[in-house]
Amino acid sequence: MAANKRIMKELGEINTNPPPGCAIRLAKEDDINLWDVTMDGPQDSPYTGGKFHIQIVLPKEYPFKPPVLTFRTKIYHPNVTNDDKGAMCLGMLRADEWKPPNKIVDVLKLVRAVLAAPQPDDAVEAGIANEFKTDRKAFDKTAQDWVKKYAK
Amino acid sequence: MDSDDEVNSVISSEDLGGDADSSVGDFGGDDSDVDFDELQEHDGFDTQEKDLKPRKKAFEIDHKVYSPEDIQRQQDDQVAEVATLLEQPHESTAILLRYGRWNKERLIEQYMDNQEEVLDKAGLGQDVQKSPPRIEVIDGFVCDICCEDTPGLRSFALKCGHRFCVDCYRQYLAQKIRGEGEAARIKCPGDGCNRVVDAKSLDILVRTDLTDRYHQLLMRTYVDDKENLKWCPSPNCVYAIECGVRKRDLTRVVPTVFCDCKHSFCFGCTLPDHQPCPCSLVKLWLKKCEDDSETANWISANTKECPKCHSTIEKNGGCNHMTCRKCRNEFCWMCMGMWSEHGTSWYNCSRFEEKSGLDARDAQARSRQSLERYLHYFNRYHNHEQSAKLDKDIFHKTEKKMTLLQSASDMSWIEVQFLEEASQALQRCRQTLKWTYAFAYYLARNNETEIFEDNQKNLELAVEDLSEMFEKPTDQLSGLRVEMMDKTTFCNRRRIVVLDDTAKRLKEGVSYNLHFYGFGVVC
Ligand SMILES: [Zn+2]
Ligand SMILES: [Zn+2]
Ligand SMILES: [Zn+2]
Ligand SMILES: [Zn+2]
Repeated sequence: MAANKRIMKELGEINTNPPPGCAIRLAKEDDINLWDVTMDGPQDSPYTGGKFHIQIVLPKEYPFKPPVLTFRTKIYHPNVTNDDKGAMCLGMLRADEWKPPNKIVDVLKLVRAVLAAPQPDDAVEAGIANEFKTDRKAFDKTAQDWVKKYAK
Repeated sequence: MDSDDEVNSVISSEDLGGDADSSVGDFGGDDSDVDFDELQEHDGFDTQEKDLKPRKKAFEIDHKVYSPEDIQRQQDDQVAEVATLLEQPHESTAILLRYGRWNKERLIEQYMDNQEEVLDKAGLGQDVQKSPPRIEVIDGFVCDICCEDTPGLRSFALKCGHRFCVDCYRQYLAQKIRGEGEAARIKCPGDGCNRVVDAKSLDILVRTDLTDRYHQLLMRTYVDDKENLKWCPSPNCVYAIECGVRKRDLTRVVPTVFCDCKHSFCFGCTLPDHQPCPCSLVKLWLKKCEDDSETANWISANTKECPKCHSTIEKNGGCNHMTCRKCRNEFCWMCMGMWSEHGTSWYNCSRFEEKSGLDARDAQARSRQSLERYLHYFNRYHNHEQSAKLDKDIFHKTEKKMTLLQSASDMSWIEVQFLEEASQALQRCRQTLKWTYAFAYYLARNNETEIFEDNQKNLELAVEDLSEMFEKPTDQLSGLRVEMMDKTTFCNRRRIVVLDDTAKRLKEGVSYNLHFYGFGVVC
């Protein structure tokens, strides 16, 4: 498995030098394709103070196919599906934009940037996106409420 | 329609380079009064040839069939032509043309305007290395995908210089081509790099099974990009059809085309031939049948409306004494009259003429009129569809019998061909008849519609006559030969009358029954 060497290398690098606000470990000792991430909500965002559990699945074709990322902690965000999947599909996470040299660390940096600055024009939740654009106050309020309710 | 003898005169491969979106200069541009007779004269008939041929019927559409080799040649020819013009290598020109969706003129114009920008957008940005890409072994190379750094590792880079090991490159290409069905826009694996992988590099890197798939996908994109080309939808058919009819023409023409595989289909919507009914009505009709037919058939057979509150009541037993579940009204299923008027004549309605029953039947009739109107057309539509299938079965049986008869009598195989011709005529005519009923459902009532219905009736009578002859026992068939041949010719002629007349009407604009044609109207 050529992919193993790559994944092990990424895992080593990410643990010695984790991206800001992220703690990463394998979900199960013997499965290097399933990563557990705990991400702190970025400061100056409604998510600040929250701790979000994100699961990353590396498909068996990784790194030729992008990793699949899901929020296991409920989050009120235009780019995360508001269901039990909590899926995010944005930028480099899309098959046609993903390039094999891209790394999980880049993905996590992107996710954190999107938490800090939602991308309503690329939304999966049209209603939340619309609120974000037209009534920021109400959006911030709900997002903060959800942090208190689910992400503590 | 005989498309074969037009093959040489339709459109040269040069014209194929035309604008996919708007190059209809040769087809009359945006002029909404394009005459299709006129239109076809632009397709390269020289006058002499035209004089020799019978005048084209109003419903016949010029088209041409291409094999995959023809299509490949078209692309190659265009690449060669544009490569000379732009002074670019063939591989880069192919990428440019795919980027420009094979709109030669527009591409050349843009290229002359801003060469650098076009090259960049097409995925042919600035070259870092000038030498043609090849597999190399480079000292100290580490693959950024698999992290291998074994000495002697073979690697490859496009002209952008992003280098990866050959194994990773192969896996990447396989994932794109097989996994994602991508071909025309496979980019360099380098992070953020838009350089497009060219066919030559692909040949260097992967085996022929993958390059075959790659070229197949490119061919598909080419046909999909060109508005005047479409694949024949018949399963396993590899041909593509070229036709000049555009989307906006489809209210005025039903472009039936004939593939070399014998399949005839509509170039507008790729459904099987549905002349004379225009695409939009076909779509509407099929949707309606899907939504309504099952329920409509059942409702008309098994339910009636309560004469008092009009809620639908299902008859669930043999008894005619009905009680509406909603308003408790009691009435007779047979005459729709009040049950109280029946006295003691249980189970046996003999009071069909009672006043209350008459009124109720009237109201019922009105509310059911539209449903019945639909069923009238649907049943005939459906009947021809079914009969076409039956006729086919009969032909297969007859074919066997004729083989027997042929060996027992002195008829030659040529002499029994009349049966096949009759069978084909039946299929064709029933196909047409079927769609005349869908079409008629949407027509407004006027003189022209009456002419249409007369033509339809004449065709239908002829078809039923011929169909009846078909069912005769084998020993009578040889005696019916001349008669059947005459009937076949007659059917074909009647069909042409229907199609020709409707095609002319469509061109002039048809008035539809807006009540049925309009949106959101459920009948
Ligand atoms: Zn590699
Ligand atoms: Zn590159
Ligand atoms: Zn075909
Ligand atoms: Zn059609």
